[in-house]
Amino acid sequence: MNAVEVHNLRKEFVRKDGRKRTRVAALRGITFEMARGECIAILGQNGSGKSTLVRLLSTLLLPDGGTARIFGHDIGETRAVRTMVNRVSVEASFFKKMSATENLAYAARFYGLTPRETRERIPVILDRVGFPVSRRTHAMENLSRGTQQKVALARALLTSPVLLLLDEPTTGLDPRSKLEVQDFIREVRAVHDTTILLCTHDLAEAEILAERIGILDDGQLLCLESADEIKERYGVETLEEAFFAAAGRTFEDEREEEEEEVTA
Amino acid sequence: MTAIAARARHELIGLLGVVERNWYLVKRYAMWELAFFVWTIANTLSIVFISKAAGLPPAQEERLTTVLLIGAVIWAYLGIIFEILTETVAWERWEGTIEYTFMAPLSRPVHLIGMGLFAIAYGLVRATLIFAVVAAMFGLHMPDANFATALILLGIASISFIGIGMMTAVLPLISPEKGTQLGFMAQGIMLVVSGVYYPVSVLPQWMQWISTISPATYALRGIRAAILEGATPADVWGDIWPLILIGVVAIPLGLWVFRRGEQYAKRHGKLKRSG
Repeated sequence: MNAVEVHNLRKEFVRKDGRKRTRVAALRGITFEMARGECIAILGQNGSGKSTLVRLLSTLLLPDGGTARIFGHDIGETRAVRTMVNRVSVEASFFKKMSATENLAYAARFYGLTPRETRERIPVILDRVGFPVSRRTHAMENLSRGTQQKVALARALLTSPVLLLLDEPTTGLDPRSKLEVQDFIREVRAVHDTTILLCTHDLAEAEILAERIGILDDGQLLCLESADEIKERYGVETLEEAFFAAAGRTFEDEREEEEEEVTA
Repeated sequence: MTAIAARARHELIGLLGVVERNWYLVKRYAMWELAFFVWTIANTLSIVFISKAAGLPPAQEERLTTVLLIGAVIWAYLGIIFEILTETVAWERWEGTIEYTFMAPLSRPVHLIGMGLFAIAYGLVRATLIFAVVAAMFGLHMPDANFATALILLGIASISFIGIGMMTAVLPLISPEKGTQLGFMAQGIMLVVSGVYYPVSVLPQWMQWISTISPATYALRGIRAAILEGATPADVWGDIWPLILIGVVAIPLGLWVFRRGEQYAKRHGKLKRSG
């Protein structure tokens, strides 16, 4: 059984422009599969549909068409899917006055972990992500973004997900924090056999962490292959050149309309 | 352990998680809590002092003071329940945690009832403190008071309050800023029609009709009878059964409304961080 099976998945949002409403496609019927334990990276610019894909697989959006199955369960079977999936997004998203321990404790409870289990697991997992012991009771707002992102990783792993959705987990981090987070992602794969879908616009990160790389552009998945196969397919030396060949523009050219604006 | 027992255990742990989360928030915002408490006391006093200005004989003045105090305290309690349910959702959207709460394997009824239980516990503590402080300041005696009946009525009314709170909690799910304000509007309508500071009989007929579907109307009338006249549950059965009826309707209706709002938010991408 595949870990993830996505078939012709579609999502549109309504964009308001004054009194005018237009439908904008965020995902235009994408199809792919992921084997258990695999790590794939989806490369795309802002507004390409990466976050929409992650939110659909997290049961936070309803699709407009197509299907997505996680370990055989349709994403409409929310309870079954939610027990298997967790997510780390570009924004760490915590109650900022609460400490790391408090944020993790209540979140773990939502996944059925008892206070005793939580007390045992939280120090271990925070230690593993390199979170300083002395700061466990500090309010999240007093922690750096890199440190907050480590707590976000800890929150996701505390619930032992079999599918981990990483939506630009290292965006905006300093180089050291970025490397630490990437090392931890590798460790999670090696130790827990977790299937990982990594959405990023960091080409190097995609190449070092994932077995296959997909290029998502304007809601369409243009390819999903190993980095070498992609380069060979487009007859280029680098992923950046491959992106240009596939999408018809350089990777740095941001689309004018970001997803934030589309869905507001 | 059977699948049903395992599921029940999971939901119970999740429910405690919701209560625990709200407790952490109260603890971390302790100074805000103190400020709100002082504000509520001041607000209650400003209403209760009206009895002093009425120029009534002492016995009637004490009765009016108690009537106003009960109105102010029940109103504060109702406000706390609505605010915890509605503002926690708004808060979660501002902080961005709503997506993590909604993608957790926790059923929506348990999630909402968990918030409601915390709101009841927290509201009871706050309401009791306000009542005690203001009653002591005015030297109220209440020799016939039947507090057990008052608590029973408040407990039953709380079911309806939570049901209505679930309906208003859906508003910030769709729009954090406007939604919270719309929640205040619903609360304001209940304030006008439920006889919080005056008898319902003084209202225009159409408002009196609305008052019959407000649980606060029955809660206030019954609690006043219990505290002023020592009414037993049997004496106030005429207020208890409508509260039960409204509660039986309000909870499923509140869950249905919230569910519909959640579906809308998921269809239109409204769960993302806002603020």
